[in-house]
Amino acid sequence: MPNYHGLYSLLWSQLVPLLLLLIFIVIDASVKELFIFERLPESIILIGQDEVNYSVNVIKDNIRNLDVLISLDILSIESANGLYNQYFLYRTLFLSIISLLSGALGFFAISRLNMRFDARRNVEKILRFIFFIFSTVAVLTTFGIVLSLIFETLRFFSQVGFTEFMFGTHWSPQTAIREDQVGSSGSFGAIPIFTGTLLITFIAMIVAAPLGLYSAIYLSQYAKPSVRNYFKPMLEILAGIPTVVYGFFAALSVGPFIRSSGETLGLTVSTESALAAGLVMGIMIIPYVSSLSDDVMSAVPESLRDGSLALGATKSETIKKVIFPAALPGIVGAMLLAISRAIGETMIVVMAAGLAANLTANPLSAVTTVTVQIVTLLVGDQEFDSPKTLAAFALGLVLFFITLILNVIAMITVRRYRERYD
Amino acid sequence: MVTEMDQNINIDDVDTKMEKKSLIHCTDVNVFYDDKQALFNVDLNINEKEVTSLIGPSGCGKSTFIRCLNRMNDVIETCSFNGSIIINGQDIYDPEIDVVELRAKIGMVFQKPNPFPKSVFDNVAYGPKLHGRFLNKSDMNNKVEDSLIKAGLWDEIKDRLNEPGTALSGGQQQRLCIARAIAVDPEIILMDEPCSALDPIATARIEELIDELKVNYTIVIVTHSMQQAARVSQRTAFFHLGNLIEVGDTGKIFRSPDNEQTEAYVTGRYG
Repeated sequence: MPNYHGLYSLLWSQLVPLLLLLIFIVIDASVKELFIFERLPESIILIGQDEVNYSVNVIKDNIRNLDVLISLDILSIESANGLYNQYFLYRTLFLSIISLLSGALGFFAISRLNMRFDARRNVEKILRFIFFIFSTVAVLTTFGIVLSLIFETLRFFSQVGFTEFMFGTHWSPQTAIREDQVGSSGSFGAIPIFTGTLLITFIAMIVAAPLGLYSAIYLSQYAKPSVRNYFKPMLEILAGIPTVVYGFFAALSVGPFIRSSGETLGLTVSTESALAAGLVMGIMIIPYVSSLSDDVMSAVPESLRDGSLALGATKSETIKKVIFPAALPGIVGAMLLAISRAIGETMIVVMAAGLAANLTANPLSAVTTVTVQIVTLLVGDQEFDSPKTLAAFALGLVLFFITLILNVIAMITVRRYRERYD
Repeated sequence: MVTEMDQNINIDDVDTKMEKKSLIHCTDVNVFYDDKQALFNVDLNINEKEVTSLIGPSGCGKSTFIRCLNRMNDVIETCSFNGSIIINGQDIYDPEIDVVELRAKIGMVFQKPNPFPKSVFDNVAYGPKLHGRFLNKSDMNNKVEDSLIKAGLWDEIKDRLNEPGTALSGGQQQRLCIARAIAVDPEIILMDEPCSALDPIATARIEELIDELKVNYTIVIVTHSMQQAARVSQRTAFFHLGNLIEVGDTGKIFRSPDNEQTEAYVTGRYG
């Protein structure tokens, strides 16, 4: 197996150095800071933390250019020289070690090769390790995101009370630009924006659940193959339309239409209404419901369908009593997927539902959602330690937990029905 | 060429044979899948209250034929039928006829046991409920019990009526499917290779059951096993390449068939 022998040496000579290189890149910034702190003049440290941070950053950015480093006038010429040399030495040393190691490991691998050496199995072991690393990266990233959310949220709750956030009914996240500004203390009661999210999601599901499910039933049970071949892809195009397009569809066509028809009936409707956003979002998530439901219903064994028909059931009786129950776990999964899609949807609501955090169950009034608020909190120039921006992390975390719980419920339901129907 | 009358003389049980009246009359049955013809001018009469087996090599059209009898082929888009099948004096391909009602009178058991993902009780009660019979709860219980007894399953599973039908063993599942078919009080039961997915012991139970059922029901069975055809059926029809080659008393078909092809097939030299 000459190719395995080659692969074996290649992996040995490249893998460990690559890992070291990665470590080098990651720790580089900290090493620079360490070197810089050693040489930072007393005068700057005395000015304060902000000045220190600023100086360190400037030096860090220019550490590889001696002339600029000297012209910055932060460090004395002497210490600038010293810093430059020290960092240069460290870099050269580290990178040479990596190259040497690569060569050495390559030689080591080659020296192990001989006619009887089982390179194939060893390559398998190394590959297994590589795949393990890759899956670990995915898992660790998840943990990283959740942890960063949690830490920022904790910072938020050190400034705003937990109960105020979770149970407060007033949302007005203003923070002062100047200390003495009027209305400088914001209020962070998240209830109105969560009810807004729920309201819009609910409206969207009222639209998407029956439309999606019934079209799935038609497509999987009644439609001729020729019809199905055209209908299904066309329905799936709905999922491919950019949400921003749905957004202006909602804001410019559906919203005004609902308002004018509301006025005809003598109702007060704002142009930006939960109903408009919910309806359009419902249309958008139809394919999430229909496509998956169609797949699971088509996957119900033909033999069950035949069995029911042979007992004298009509097609719709067969669908209702045999196919639908057998496909239910998948359908529940499809619905929950659509719900989490609706909860996380941002663009349509930004454009069509408004920004007003009204605590209301009236679908004709303007509401706002969690995602919209996160956007508005972070758009523009913001300080990154004010309660206003930190609130975005808290909202994100709660949103994350809601979708997590939804997924868990979906999994439990699916498992329970699977026991019953397998 | 011997006539039908002459054939009958050679057979031991002439008397019982003569009493049987035929229930299903198929004349000139042709079936197509798209342009491909699957059955060619099949003429076959099936007698009341006995077992008729359909044998022949794979792809010979025997399953297609049995699915014509309760119009299950309608389900297949590309399938088209011409000819006439008359059951009880009624042409079942008459456009006026209600297919749903027809299928309620003709039970069917499939190749693979296909109990619904419901409890044993609900499986059996499925048909009667559909047709709105036995609205009273105790009547329904009796009907389910009666059907399970007839299918020889009651003693084994009378304590497990609430368990899912899919949790039973393969042979029990198949008998459950038979009970399910019986529960709608059909006249005819069609069985499409009912034992092909079962082990020999379960197969033997089903064969015993078929023997008991023929007292009350007309049974048509498709089978790949010639021994099975010989054991359970009174009449046998041999299909080959979409043609009905020969039909007659099972004893005669297996001992002294008229047709060379039939002989080659039943003696295992072919097919």
